[in-house]
Amino acid sequence: MVTDLAATAAPPEIKAEIKALSFFYGEHQALKNIDLALPVNAVTALIGPSGCGKTTLLRCFNRMHDLYPGNRYVGEIVLRPGNLNIVSPRVDPMEMRLRVGMVFQKPNPFPKSIYENVAFGLRLKAIRDRQLIAERVETALRSAALWDEVKDRMEQSAYTLSGGQQQRLCIARALAPEPEMLLFDEPTSALDPAATAHIEDLIYQLKDRLTIVIVTHNMQQAARVSDETVFLYHGEVIEADKTSTMFENPSKELTSEYLTGRFG
Amino acid sequence: MKPTEKNHPPQIDTARLIARRKRQDLVFNILGVVCMLIGVVTLGALLFDLAADGLSLVNWQFLTSYPSRRAASAGVLSAWVGSLLLMLVTVSLAVPLGVAAGVYLEEYARKNWLTTVIEINIANLAGVPSIIYGLMALGVLVYQFHLGETLLVGGITLALLILPIVIVATREALRAIPNGIREAAYALGATRWQVVKDHLIPYSAGGIATGTIIAMSRAIGETAPLALIGALTFVAFLPPAPVQSRFPFVNFKWLNSDFTALPIQMFNWVSRPGADFQHNAAAAGLVLIIMTLSLNAAAIAIRYRLRKRIKW
Repeated sequence: MVTDLAATAAPPEIKAEIKALSFFYGEHQALKNIDLALPVNAVTALIGPSGCGKTTLLRCFNRMHDLYPGNRYVGEIVLRPGNLNIVSPRVDPMEMRLRVGMVFQKPNPFPKSIYENVAFGLRLKAIRDRQLIAERVETALRSAALWDEVKDRMEQSAYTLSGGQQQRLCIARALAPEPEMLLFDEPTSALDPAATAHIEDLIYQLKDRLTIVIVTHNMQQAARVSDETVFLYHGEVIEADKTSTMFENPSKELTSEYLTGRFG
Repeated sequence: MKPTEKNHPPQIDTARLIARRKRQDLVFNILGVVCMLIGVVTLGALLFDLAADGLSLVNWQFLTSYPSRRAASAGVLSAWVGSLLLMLVTVSLAVPLGVAAGVYLEEYARKNWLTTVIEINIANLAGVPSIIYGLMALGVLVYQFHLGETLLVGGITLALLILPIVIVATREALRAIPNGIREAAYALGATRWQVVKDHLIPYSAGGIATGTIIAMSRAIGETAPLALIGALTFVAFLPPAPVQSRFPFVNFKWLNSDFTALPIQMFNWVSRPGADFQHNAAAAGLVLIIMTLSLNAAAIAIRYRLRKRIKW
């Protein structure tokens, strides 16, 4: 599939470039020859009906598929700067995951204190200085708009927080090691509308600092938070464009059918 | 319009249906109570019988005396100290080995036919009669390696006996941890060992502790394997103390000491003629039960502390 992300007047700086990426769960090919470019400091939304491969694609960006046997990547995802091919077997997923953070569909805080949840990523980066850890934890919690709610209860269990707070804690945990890219896998599907709005605001603010990819099955959410939208269907990119263009004037018949709710 | 029976026949059926279901409910309720009573009453009768026979004998003198040819002055000092030290060896061998094996099987091993075979056999090992373990220990540890009939050999034997229980408990506890927790830790760039050490083992510690309690309760009452490897039945000395006042403050000479244990002592007394020693056996049984319950209580206290640290 040819994409026209770069067809704008001033080509945006690219954070990650996907080149001929295919992905296999054993024999089953879940992604077919994907070419795509993710602009830096922007939110790219992956949309499409269930089973279209949007979550599969997202999980390629931090090699989550490596955790399960029988999975195979073909092609490249080049992360800049440094032109690191994320999906190359020669690249250590541990090292690469320090650069690409992830927030999951269901809030999954560790059953530890709020403080320890955010500090864990810092400890993995071998930061030992307690003062520095405390500062970075605070910064991350402020960035996740959670600091004021938790600053007096840092030693309490993360499970004392509400669902929306837990998800913001997970965002803070992902932000603390200062990744360059952050992946969101339907981050609001388990949350109520108020908490959803909160997270969406947050995503909007965070894009100044990092590159964001978000999987969503909520078309309104894609329209609200993203700059670029990629429509996937049966493991292929059908269309990728600026969100406004895609929603107002999709160039493919299939896209327009999906956006108007005729299937999916 | 007034509803008639003809228009609403299900109403009558509903009432009958509910009555029938309530009867079923009641029947099962009674059945459940009866089943529970069978268990509880049996246990109570056992305890009562033991207490009636032996309670009057359980006193300080009984606990601090060595066995004797005269029933009146015989005690269980060497037996309960032996049992306690035996448990120390058993648990400190079985828990690290069992947890490591469980973590390996659950988190590291690839899922293929070999691991499946190993898994099935570990489950089977838990069902192997304990006397077989005693036979193995006698053949390998005592005759081949000449380790003697010592606390170390007894501890190794019992540790092997309960190892499958600890492995299975560890795996169950690990499986109970939501996969999202693992993914969250890996997504932050953790290595497998960091995930295991910082997350999986702490979160599964409560479940592992439960398995260890069950395993320990089984091991402390084991007689057959110890009798087979040749635990003594008449021990009028204590093993060297594991702690000392001089550096390095611990010694391991006690591991090479001969020993006896409460069930062995009990078995010995029961097999003697004369009512006096029968009473001694009942008293030793009471001590064994009290010891089991106190070890369980200690383990439950530890588990409570472990669980409190993990804040689900």
